[in-house]
Amino acid sequence: MSVQTWTYILVGITFALYIGIAIWSRAGSTKEFYVAGGGVSPLANGMATAADWMSAASFISMAGIIAFAGYDGSVYLMGWTGGYVLLALLLAPYLRKFGKFTVPDFIGDRYYSKTARIVAVICALIVSFTYVAGQMRGVGVVFSRFLEVDINTGVIIGMVIVLFYAVLGGMKGITYTQVAQYCVLIFAFMVPAIFISIQMTGNPIPQLGMGSTLSDGSGTYLLDKLDGLSTELGFNEYTSGSKSIADVFAITLALMVGTAGLPHVIVRFFTVKRVKDARKSAGLALLLIAILYTTAPAVSVFARTNMINTVSNKEYSTMPEWFKNWETTGLLEFDDKNKDGKIQYVADTDKNELIVDRDIMVLANPEIANLPAWVIALVAAGGLAAALSTAAGLLLVISASVSHDLIKKVFKPNISDKGELWAARMAATVAVVIAGYFGINPPGFVAAVVALAFGLAAASFFPAIVLGIFYKKMNKEGAIAGMIIGTMLMLFYMTKFKFGWFGGGTPADWWFGISPEGFGSIAMVVNFIVSIVIMKFTPDPPEDVQEIVEDIRIPSGAKEAINH
Amino acid sequence: MPDKKKKATAYWKENVKYLFLLLTIWFLVSYGAGILFKDTLDTIKIGGFKLGFWFAQQGSIYVFVILIFIYVRLMNKLDKKYGYD
Repeated sequence: MSVQTWTYILVGITFALYIGIAIWSRAGSTKEFYVAGGGVSPLANGMATAADWMSAASFISMAGIIAFAGYDGSVYLMGWTGGYVLLALLLAPYLRKFGKFTVPDFIGDRYYSKTARIVAVICALIVSFTYVAGQMRGVGVVFSRFLEVDINTGVIIGMVIVLFYAVLGGMKGITYTQVAQYCVLIFAFMVPAIFISIQMTGNPIPQLGMGSTLSDGSGTYLLDKLDGLSTELGFNEYTSGSKSIADVFAITLALMVGTAGLPHVIVRFFTVKRVKDARKSAGLALLLIAILYTTAPAVSVFARTNMINTVSNKEYSTMPEWFKNWETTGLLEFDDKNKDGKIQYVADTDKNELIVDRDIMVLANPEIANLPAWVIALVAAGGLAAALSTAAGLLLVISASVSHDLIKKVFKPNISDKGELWAARMAATVAVVIAGYFGINPPGFVAAVVALAFGLAAASFFPAIVLGIFYKKMNKEGAIAGMIIGTMLMLFYMTKFKFGWFGGGTPADWWFGISPEGFGSIAMVVNFIVSIVIMKFTPDPPEDVQEIVEDIRIPSGAKEAINH
Repeated sequence: MPDKKKKATAYWKENVKYLFLLLTIWFLVSYGAGILFKDTLDTIKIGGFKLGFWFAQQGSIYVFVILIFIYVRLMNKLDKKYGYD
């Protein structure tokens, strides 16, 4: 059977499964819609969190980015996993004990202020929208390459599916679909990785294969071979970086703290029964995420080595079919500059003849390694599972922010449960349409905007939540000033160096040599300092708020997430 | 009730102590071994891996997972000790 037939079959089966689960687990109340009734088991929540977290970026792009960045790509590996340690130790158990529906709920109540709540809602909306647009785009790319439909049609199909189960099922439907999606995506990621690891090194475990000798009998270690190939072509040694230590440090920190501050991840810990379960489920989530995150760097090494071996200095006319297939999508470009009919793939941009989009590495990897058609189709189904699960989680945050934090808490406090549920579903629908629009007409700065999402989460939520739990005397004046100044500083730096506003600037002008991607860590530190300084000059928080803080520090007596 | 409050404060102190300990390890394996001391550790080789590179792309992630499960165990014990479970 052809790759395309396999893809139709596998994508068809998985989509039918998601829709079936959505019908079975549809939400009947706002509590089910926002937090799945609060009775999700730690394992199910761990799997759902992992699927929620691992987006099209983790599944499709990350291994490709690392394949080209080598050691520098470690910032994503450490940054996107280390954040879970912060989440598990500093946030999840306490927010679960607090027992409300959303992150702005916590900020609003802890800082006894409508302003704080609204600032938090705005941050949540900016972060979630920038993120969700990227997911819809990922859906479009997978559809267009593997099912040969137009990217736009792909985005619309994705919209309809997500709309169906997010609007119908709310958090309850999303949770159980994400459990299924985790299984699909991890299977789809591991199968080709294991195949290729056996092919190249004879070791079936990719994490070990990466550090093994090549199976060609030469006795050379794979990583040494890749280091050699890279330097030969004029690139950096694969296992050494080109970024400064300060910048690698700052980016890793910004990604870790940003991960811990992302509302769609935090909100997942409101769905379990007890504080104990929140801790355990953070551990399970990271374990399940780590399976993919420790395999990805191995995939990067395999893919980069394979690619160099296949194309470097080879006749263009002898290129395999996958090469031509990707050329037609425009994601792979060959320009025979010296007209010798061979592909020169080198670091020097004047002489380099091959441009490879980093996003195609994971998708093309099984084809480069000549794996069977069903494995290639499986990767397409996995990429869709990753993109759809994350999009759904984000849409829920958006709809809850609008229906719960804005309509119920600010504009219309006496709205009925039924009315609020209706508003949540309407908000989800509108959000899907807006996300789809951005998927079809992507702003040219998607990559910059995703880095901004992490920077903003780090600069806004993280300090406010941590101080709210660990510093009883933190008051609303400090927290609001910190969030506003942290966010503004992040926006200023990002727009200055990414879009050239405020006079623009080159990497030589970066403050302390830190890139916009890493600046979230500086903005976060500024947020902490501003909060604490302002707090010293303003009145203490009221007695009852200090009692709330004392109460959330004690795990027992956690109520189910209450409707209030 | 002052007794109840005393208990809560003692519990919180022990909790914060655990956090410090675990976050120190968290910092050392990632920012320490994977970034700041990467070049020194790279002189040591285990199989095909330079050690600093291994920490940055593999080792730190394994330690993160283990840290959370240690935390879960410590806290479950602490909850029992103070009767908060």
